[in-house]
Formats: sequence, C-alpha cells, structure tokens
Amino acid sequence: MKQQNKKMTYGPSPESPDSVYSWLSKSKKKFGHFINGEMTRPTNTFDTINPSTGEVLAKVSKGTENDAKLAVKSAKAAFKAWKNFTPFQRAKCIYALARLIQKNSRILAVMETLDNGKPIRESRDIDIPLVARHFYHHAGWAKILPEKFPRKEPLGVVGQIIPWNFPLLMLAWKIAPALAAGNTLVLKPAETTPLTALFFAELCMEAKIPPGVINIITGDGKTGSFIVKHTDIAKIAFTGSTEVGRLLRKQTAGLEKKLSLELGGKSAFIVFEDADLDSAVEGVIDSIWFNQGEVCCAGSRLLVQEGIQKKFVAKLKRRMGKLHLGDPLDKSTDIGAINSFSQLEKIKNLVASGEKEGAKIYQPKMEIPTQGFFYPPTLLEQTHQSMDICQTEIFGPVLTVIPFRTPKEAIAIANNSRYGLSASIWTENINLSLDLAPKIKVGVVWINSTNLFDASAGFGGYRESGYGREGGIEGLLEYLKDPTFSRKLNYNKKSSIKEISLIEKDEIQTIDRTRKIFIGGKQTRSDSGYDRKVFGFKKKIIGQVPEGNRKDLREAVEAASLEVKWRNMTPHSRAQVLYYAAENLELRKKEYASILKKMTGIDGKQEVESSLETIFHYAAWADKFEGTIHDVPIRGVSLAINEPVGVIGIVCPDDNPLLSFVHLVFSALCTGNSVIAIPSEKYPLSALDMYQIFESSDMPAGAINIVTGDRSTLTQTLAVHMGVDSLWYFGTKEGSKTVEDLSISNLKQTWVNYGQQYPWLEPSREFRTLSLYKATQVKNIWIPYGE
Amino acid sequence: MIPREPIDLDINLILSQKVNLSAVERRCDTLMKRRSVKKRHQADWLLKAIEFMDLTTLAGDDTPGRVDRICHKAKNPVRRDILNLLKIQNPISVAAVCVYPELVRTAKSALRESNIELASVATGFPTGLVPERTKISEINAAIKNGASEIDVVINRNKVLTANWRSLYNDVLTYKKACGSLHLKVIIGAGDLGTLRNVVRASWVSMLAGADFIKTSTGKEPTNATLPVSLVMLRAIRDFHDLTGIKVGFKAAGGISKAKQAINYLILMKEELEEEWLDKNLFRIGASSLLADIERQLEHYVSGAYSSGNRHPIV
Repeated sequence: MKQQNKKMTYGPSPESPDSVYSWLSKSKKKFGHFINGEMTRPTNTFDTINPSTGEVLAKVSKGTENDAKLAVKSAKAAFKAWKNFTPFQRAKCIYALARLIQKNSRILAVMETLDNGKPIRESRDIDIPLVARHFYHHAGWAKILPEKFPRKEPLGVVGQIIPWNFPLLMLAWKIAPALAAGNTLVLKPAETTPLTALFFAELCMEAKIPPGVINIITGDGKTGSFIVKHTDIAKIAFTGSTEVGRLLRKQTAGLEKKLSLELGGKSAFIVFEDADLDSAVEGVIDSIWFNQGEVCCAGSRLLVQEGIQKKFVAKLKRRMGKLHLGDPLDKSTDIGAINSFSQLEKIKNLVASGEKEGAKIYQPKMEIPTQGFFYPPTLLEQTHQSMDICQTEIFGPVLTVIPFRTPKEAIAIANNSRYGLSASIWTENINLSLDLAPKIKVGVVWINSTNLFDASAGFGGYRESGYGREGGIEGLLEYLKDPTFSRKLNYNKKSSIKEISLIEKDEIQTIDRTRKIFIGGKQTRSDSGYDRKVFGFKKKIIGQVPEGNRKDLREAVEAASLEVKWRNMTPHSRAQVLYYAAENLELRKKEYASILKKMTGIDGKQEVESSLETIFHYAAWADKFEGTIHDVPIRGVSLAINEPVGVIGIVCPDDNPLLSFVHLVFSALCTGNSVIAIPSEKYPLSALDMYQIFESSDMPAGAINIVTGDRSTLTQTLAVHMGVDSLWYFGTKEGSKTVEDLSISNLKQTWVNYGQQYPWLEPSREFRTLSLYKATQVKNIWIPYGE
Repeated sequence: MIPREPIDLDINLILSQKVNLSAVERRCDTLMKRRSVKKRHQADWLLKAIEFMDLTTLAGDDTPGRVDRICHKAKNPVRRDILNLLKIQNPISVAAVCVYPELVRTAKSALRESNIELASVATGFPTGLVPERTKISEINAAIKNGASEIDVVINRNKVLTANWRSLYNDVLTYKKACGSLHLKVIIGAGDLGTLRNVVRASWVSMLAGADFIKTSTGKEPTNATLPVSLVMLRAIRDFHDLTGIKVGFKAAGGISKAKQAINYLILMKEELEEEWLDKNLFRIGASSLLADIERQLEHYVSGAYSSGNRHPIV
C-alpha cells in the first residue's frame, strides 16, 4: 500500500495501449494497402511512429502509381454494383460501419492517440464519437437520398486525401457522404497517421462492404498525386494545407473533375466586453489548445475589446497554468504531442520569428517531456496584424492577441486575412452577435461557443480556406453530379430573306451609336482608347464596342468590391430592382431582338422573350433561395445561410449572347453578388446594351459592371485578380483549363463549361438551380442558447 | 476569527455579472472528462472529502438520539481497520456537524473533546420566509447553545424581485448577529431560476460579509449542481481579485456518491487556487455521502466491492 499523499495531486491515469499493440502484432506490424476488399502484401514500407515517444508503431506501404491504378480500377468495377444497390442496402452497409466503430471505439481512440499524439480525452470523447455520428447520419442519407434528390446521380469513383490532425474523423467526413451518395472511392490517409484507416479497412471487411467500394492506400504526397491525376477519378476531396490545395487545383485544372478543398485558417476568436469572460476563457482553451492547436479552424487570433484586454488576458494566463501537458494516453492530459518533428520545428521557427517581430511570449511554467515532440501552450502578446505571426497559419498551440475598439473594427480585423474558415464571437448581446455573424467572411461562426461539429451541419471555408462543404445537405451535394447538358445546339439557323431585308430597313433608320463599357454605375470609355468592330452575320460591321483592358477590369473589380448597397438590400428590394429591369427590357424588346438578329442572323424575339422570363425567374428567387436550420445535437440551432460569394466575374458564351448573359448575371445578382460581366466576344452588343436597362432600373452603382473586349485576355486578368471571389467561364475547353489553373492565385471558386454548350433556351430546373448554388456559399452559424 | 468588514453594495457590479448557460454546462461536462484520479490518489482525495464534510441532519424527524449518533460518526467517519490498511495514523474527522437550532445543544455535548465545528442552520431555514426579528433570535439562540458556524438562508423572493439592496441589508444583519462566528449564506440556487440570479445573489452575499456562500438547503427542487457551483466559484475568484478577500464555498444537497465528491474536488482544484482546498474555505454538506466514500475506501484497500451493511450507518 502506497503512502498517503497529503497534497491533492492527480497522479498518473494512463489508458492501456495493449489492445493496439496486440492488433499491430497480428499483422507483424507491417501493412499493405486495402484494395478490392483485401489487404495487399506490404511493400516499399516506411515507419509510422508514436510522436510522444518516437517509438516505431508499425511499417506501412508507400503506394505506387500501380497501387493507385489497381485501387481506382477496383473502385470503378465496384461502382456499377454499388450504384445499383437499393438505398436500403447501401444504408445497411453504412449503418454497419457506424455500429462497428462504436463497438471498437476504445481501441480506435487509443490507436489514434498513439499514432497522432492527441490526448486520449479528445480521441475518446470527441474524435471517435463524431466518427460514429458521421456514419450514422449518412446511413440515413443513403436511405432517403432518392426522396430528397430524385434526379441526382452519383459521380463515380472519388479520390480522397486526408490530413493527420484528425485521421479517422477526416476519413469519416470523406467516406460517409461519398458512400451515401452512391460513389465508390480511393482514400489516402496522411503519411504520419495511417493506422486507424488500416483498422477501418478491417471493419469494412467485417461490415461486408462489397470489395472495391472502399479502397485505402497509404503513402505520401506522391502517392496522393497518383490518385489525383487518374483519369477515372471524377472528384477529388481534399483536406489539408492551402499550399497542397493549390497544387491539387493546378494538377486537376481542365480535367473535368469536381474538387472540394478544406484548407487552412487563421480564425478570429472575438471577445466583447459584455461576454461571460470566464466562459470565453474556456472557449479560448477549447479553440486554440484543442488538439495541440493542430486544427484548421483553431481560433489562433484572439481579438479582445480594449477595455477588458488586461482583465481577460490575466484570466487567460491563470487558466493556462492549469493545463496539463504530457503523455497523450494519460486521461488527465490536455495537451499531447505535436504530430511530427517537422511540425514541431515549424512551430518553433514561427514563434521565434514572431518574437523577432516584437511579440512578447508567455508560456506557463510546466514540465515538458524530454522525449517526443512537445510544445507548451503559448500566448504571444503585443502582436499586430502587420506581423507575419498574425497572418501565417501556425498549426500549433500558439495564440496571438489583438485589441479592438468597436464591433466594426472587430469585423475589419477578423476579415483582414487571406483565409476565411471560422470565427467565434463572445457576447451576451444577441443583437451584436447576430449582426456580426454575416459580416465575417468565414464558413462557420460559433456564437458563445467554439469548435462545435456535427454531421448534419456543413463545415468549410471562404477565400483561401477552400471551397465545398463537409456535412449537412451542402456536403452531400459535393458527391452528387451537377446536371449535365447536351452538347448539340443549333443556333446557326439561316434567317429568311424577309428577315434580312427587315434588318436592312432598320439600319437605315439608325443613328450612329457610341457604346461604352459600364463600370461603377457609369458609362465610361475604355482605358485602351480602342474600339473593336462587331460584325453581323452578313460579315458587315454592325457596331463597335470598347476594347476593354486590364485597367478597366481593375476599375470594375474595385467598383464591385466597394459595392455594399446591393448586397445589404433586403431580398425583396433586390427582387423589385430585377423585376423592374424586366419591365424596362420589355419596353425595348424589338430593339434587342433586332440587334440579336443583326449579330447572329437569328430572329431574336424568342431569345428576348426567354431573357424576360429568366429575369423574372431569378427575381422570383431573390427572396426565396433560403438557408436551412440544421438539427445539431445542442440546445440551440445551427443556421445554414446562403451567402453571396462576393465579387463574381462572368465570362459569357457566344451562344444565345443575350440570354446566356441574362441567365448568368441575374442568377449572380439575385443572390446579392456584385458582378463583372464580359459579354460574348463575337456578339457583345445586346449584352453590353443591357447597361441602359440597369441604369434605368435603380440598380446600385457597382453591382453590375460590363467590360467588352478580347475574351482570353480579359479572362486571364480576372482569373489572377485577388479581388475576384469566383469566376464563371463559358468558352472553350482550353479556356476552362486556364481559368482553373490561374484560379489558384487566391483560390477563387470557378464554374467552367469545359467547352460544352448549354441549352440556354431550354434550361432544366436543375440547371437554373445550379447557378444559384454557384452564386452562393453556405455559412453555418451555431447559436447555443439557454438562460 | 475577526469578522471582516462588509463592502458597500454596488448595484452596477451586481447587474453587470454575465453567465452563459451553454458555455457553463460545457465546461462542467468536459472538465469531468479532462481529469482522472485513480488508485491511491483517489483514496487520498476521498479522505480529503471527508475532512471537508459538514455531516448534516436536517429533517423533520430529527431527535436528540439521531443527532447523538451522527456526532459519533462525525468523530469516527471511517472504520479503523480501513484506516490502518490505508496507513493513516492520525485520526480523521469531518469538518463539522450541521443541525437545526433546536438540536445544537445536543450536538454540542456529543462533540465535546473534538475539534469538529458545530454548524446550525438559521433564519427560517429552509425558505427564509419568517419575520426578520425571529431570524435574528434564531441566530442568537444557536450561538447561545454553542454553534460555532451559522448557515443562514436568504429570502429568495428578494432575488426574484431584484431587491438587491434589501437582500444586502438582510445579510448585513445576519453578519452582525453572528459576530466573529463563521457565516455561511445559503442562496437556494434551485429556487433562483437562472444562473444569472445565482451569480448576483452570490455577489450580494459576499459584499455583505458572507464567509462562505452555499448552494442549497437540500430542500429545493434541485440542489447543488456543477453548473451552479462553477458560477459561484467564479464569483468567489472575481471577488478575491477585486477585494483580496477569500470567501469559502459549500456545496450542499444531492451529493451522495463518492464519484460526485471527486467531481466537486476537481472543480475546486481547477477553478480556484490550491489554498481553497482547505476546510476553512471548502465544505461539502452531506449525510449519505459518507457511507459511499467509506465503501469506496474499503474497495481500494481490499480490491473487492463492499456493501452498505458493513459500514456503520449515520
């Protein structure tokens, strides 16, 4: 019997790793890949280590191009059968995975902790329960999918690449919705954390998932790129660094693959003076010292109202002293090991550079284990937005502090980042928090809470934090096909002689017109000083349009970015403006039809009529494209709001030059975006002339800007412009590739046609809705309540 | 003990207190999963819990015989053989015995030759809805009969009607009547409706001179809970930051399992500085808790789960 301990200390309380070791030994601590329902023979192996001790846990195989090919092949072969499973059958498979995860929850938690370094408390209470929840939720989706999306089809084989910070949870976020939607997949776990994925492979066999539906290959970035480049991969889902996200966008440019990226962040944790400060302190702990700060949505920038800064920081420092750092398997550990030596070095270097920049470092006194990769909780004071340490993602347990004076300033600082993943807002004033939530450009907002996740609520970022959502209906849509369209369209129908003579009669009556470009609500001359001639279908010059250049686009993007009136208008008012535009277009129906005819040789009446109908259509949507309330498991709600993407560049096609312009521009406008439109290069007149309609319809200045000119030059300028949030391109296949390729500048969203022609005159319901989805991004606002 | 001076009531300070229920609940929920005490450490913590205990009997059927019995248990809270196996040489006892004023005299006599404090409830326990002058005479009677600590209840309707000034004056009067005796103020959290009221009542009590703030009488629909306790502890911490005065905390009502006692100890340890882990600043008011702790201790020393009949009842 041990002696009495007079001081109340916790003492050791370790979770036993034995179950994991005995499982590893079963495979002689060597693993192959999981392809076509079987484990392959281990080859080309590398070590996976326990970051808290440096001990080698097992050897896993580095996937080759051939492994990737085999995996994709088996997934492709399995797709047909899997797709034809009934929803009930698919649901049962996913349900079995959920159940098996629950049954094996403890060994999975211990394994995750051994391989990743995170505290057992987190893997046991957060990671693994969320994994099970994700499979449960999506087992449900598999069952009811045909009711919710009767016309939607799965994509085929999807490639999924996941990071090391939440190995099994990210696997669940990827695999569950992919399966529910009817896809088959190839997944690559992170190089340093492959073990739980390999254990999961065993569960797949136990759950009798048909061979080939789920394939898991281990390896490094190179292995990943074999998956990404494979021609039979219909979609890539990636979670990881912004740097790799860029690379993937580049590698997949023009390959007609769907892409969703969940990347880095530098999220703001905002504390107002009327917050419950002690609770906010706990929020900070859960935000930046959760998972050693190795969390993409970590609240790494603390913004605190100046009047309470001193008090709050004092409370925070006191609380930091209570954190336990050490053995991740100990049940009382708050902060475990950093995942790898290289990550630890990166954190150390960034903090050192922060100190050099003038930051004052605070670390509570605590013992740091001598072996393994540990870094203490760190607070950097006297930091400013102008410091690199406040802009660069550290991905470690390091927090910076910046004071603010007013809500407006808090928003400005929060948005002063290239990222846009999440924000946490602390105030007891609901008016203040709900006012702030839409103004912060992030995908997730937590009010008086932080790091809440659920399978029913979408997660994902704005800006360089990526695009696409995981979880919720919005996440499921990522794994379903966008509507496809016929490539055949006949718009070169010959006009009758009678029509031609009519046009000539019109021409005689026409006074010479000088068309201008339209920027910031003003008709203006192009900076180039040149005009380009527009030829009619009879090869005769029928007009001139300005030769817009990069400076014109600079002005246009500036005007669009500064525009606030349009996006702040009530949806009802926006609808009114759009309806009014239809009224005004209708008054000039004949004129627009005649211009169309002059350009294309086709009677433009139907196109103008369709344009009017399309304007009505999107005006109608303006106050109806509503969000959702997700049923998250808290006392509270999660509001999924459809927010405008922001500044959208729209490069219009030559087919149906007025209607395609109207369709794209009005769908972007009705959801509150501001637009820079490039009309068809060949037939620009009718679209450019629309500025007269906008001018006479009370459209706020800057909401719509129209610049004519050389399609390819203007497209490239928009594609690399950092102020453009999304670029829609309807042109050639090569042009589409260029747009995707150049979009990596600021990781803008893209919507391209890969050279396809769209049935503008006979749009399907899906196609019209698709534009609305492309024009918006979902923000999830978590609002716990209770008094 | 020299009674401390009350501090002027600042209504703005009371009204500016903020509590976010969801965040408080989350903290309580996760905290209990963030910390774990096992084996010898757990046994030592349970022994500490005994030393922090106000062994209580506050029932309509209390008789001198019952009080006598409880006092005897207070002096011998754990079977000697278990203590021997735990290698505890010095005798241990609970911090105090807590009874109705009527039974103070009996308890006083039963506790003679021990350093166990004798606490008496007062001021119209448990509701506080009796005339103010009878409240003071209750306190006086308890003191006269030998109580060394007074557990008063506040009149909850003064919280519910936001009559902070009047509540403050009540507690001032109790404090004056208690003189140098230890004053514990029971805020009756289960009757207060919101955590915001809990923090406000705590502040008013502390400003008016409470040595301890106590969660509950044990007679409200809900008694001590971790969220209520967390809010009170944070108030104690803020009050200390502001005034330098250390106010104690007593959790009472509904704490009947050893595991719960451990949770409260974790809460104290994590939310306040080490010096609050002392019977002068922390108490657990309980009765059946002691038997459960004793069973857990026997389990620790024997490796086998024990049963209730093997431990002397209180």
